[in-house]
Amino acid sequence: MNDQATPASPVSSGMFDDNRQALEIAREKVSIEVRDLDLYYGTEQALKGVNLKIAHNRVTAFIGPSGCGKSTLLRCFNRMNDLIDICRIDGEILIDGKNIHARDVDVAEHRRRVGMVFQKPNPFPKSIFENVAYGLRLQGVNDRRKLAEVVERALRAAALWDEVKDRLNDNAFGLSGGQQQRLVIARAIAIEPEVILLDEPCSALDPISTAKVEELIADLKNDYTIVIVTHNMQQAARVSDFTAYMYMGEMIEFDDTARLFTNPRRKATEDYITGRYG
Amino acid sequence: MESFDQHISHQFNQELENLRQKMMAMGGMVEEMLKNAVQAVVTGDTDLAVRVIEADDQVNQIEKRLDEECNLIIARRQPTASDLRLVFAIIKAISDLERIGDEAEKIARWAMALADYHRPRNDYRELERMGHMVLEMLRKSLDGFTRMAPEVALEILQQDRKVDQDYEAVFRQYYSYMMEDARNIRRVLDALLVAKSLERIGDHCKNVGEYIVYLVEGRDLRHESKKAFEHEIGDES
Repeated sequence: MNDQATPASPVSSGMFDDNRQALEIAREKVSIEVRDLDLYYGTEQALKGVNLKIAHNRVTAFIGPSGCGKSTLLRCFNRMNDLIDICRIDGEILIDGKNIHARDVDVAEHRRRVGMVFQKPNPFPKSIFENVAYGLRLQGVNDRRKLAEVVERALRAAALWDEVKDRLNDNAFGLSGGQQQRLVIARAIAIEPEVILLDEPCSALDPISTAKVEELIADLKNDYTIVIVTHNMQQAARVSDFTAYMYMGEMIEFDDTARLFTNPRRKATEDYITGRYG
Repeated sequence: MESFDQHISHQFNQELENLRQKMMAMGGMVEEMLKNAVQAVVTGDTDLAVRVIEADDQVNQIEKRLDEECNLIIARRQPTASDLRLVFAIIKAISDLERIGDEAEKIARWAMALADYHRPRNDYRELERMGHMVLEMLRKSLDGFTRMAPEVALEILQQDRKVDQDYEAVFRQYYSYMMEDARNIRRVLDALLVAKSLERIGDHCKNVGEYIVYLVEGRDLRHESKKAFEHEIGDES
């Protein structure tokens, strides 16, 4: 507290908090930067002037009520919204300083760098091995030994290896929901992305599988920038370093997670995380 | 500051409100104990002292029950933000209130001991003065908690300084009594212990004041200088 006691009347002005927040996040290397992002589905505006910096090799969580735009924003990062005809985007998204909508960006290559895992595990109707090897095969890797090596490394990184190593050729549908979700994460890791996007990765899982995925997120953040959308606020509090609260397409508050869950700056955030009438 | 009755869950509202009311009831009991203990010292009323000693067990039981309820709320509701700070501040505050109860009980015991000696001409006016000051601090801290008024923390801090100074003065005064006449030593030592307990109660009240700041502002002012206090809450009142 001593070193923070310089600015005048910090409590009443609220200035101090903003400075502190800016400092915390400025200290981090930026992986994804969002600038004045507006997104429309037809005439409906789903994202309104979003500005955000996502720290490199940290976990950033998006929280907010249904329809607040958090999944839409997440999907922007690997250009999933390109697939929706009526979707229009203004503003910029930079990953490692490069605009992802620039003309020379190869979307397939971009999506290799930015992996995504969805709410429901979506393994392919193939063997466990082939699910993880799929991305590499797409890239033209067919060397059996190289594939085996990558598959093992990805499955180990996804904390699934010990459970499946004796049945790599079994169909992936035979795995439990939690195992399937970790398999999908292994599939995402196998192609060595820089960013992993998780869209409600645990909402279809039981508490034990959830704990395993959360454990995995903690391990993965050493090597990847992770962005997670979750309805489970306790999960955001547990796994993330930074949390963004969104409401009606706007970024209401973005701060380090410890601060946001103990002493948020905005009343709207407070009302949401404490379960009050908004 | 948030009010605690606007949760979507009515049950949660009730649980928090219940917690707050019980804490205030506990504070009221402790306040009564302190008032009676000081009165017992001043008047030599041993019946009053006995009542204080008996009340302490009730206060201890309430502390245990409140701890358990806080525990349950954390387990069931996983409170966040101001709700979390409320539960946390209550857990901390009731522990200080319980200690104040313990000190009041000790004062009552010494009041009984003092009743056996001859009474000084001034009827322990110096202890009465200190007692009234800490009683006011206790009331202020409970009131500040209810009203969520962080500015009382600064007032309590200033009063605590005065209580500390009073204690120093009483200490020197009693020291000279003991030097004057060795037959005074046992009695004056008992009276000195009363002063020491009152001084400790002042410290506990100061702690409760700090929890109010934490509850309302989310800032931890423990072990900070008076200047830091003024800086943080001075312009809020």
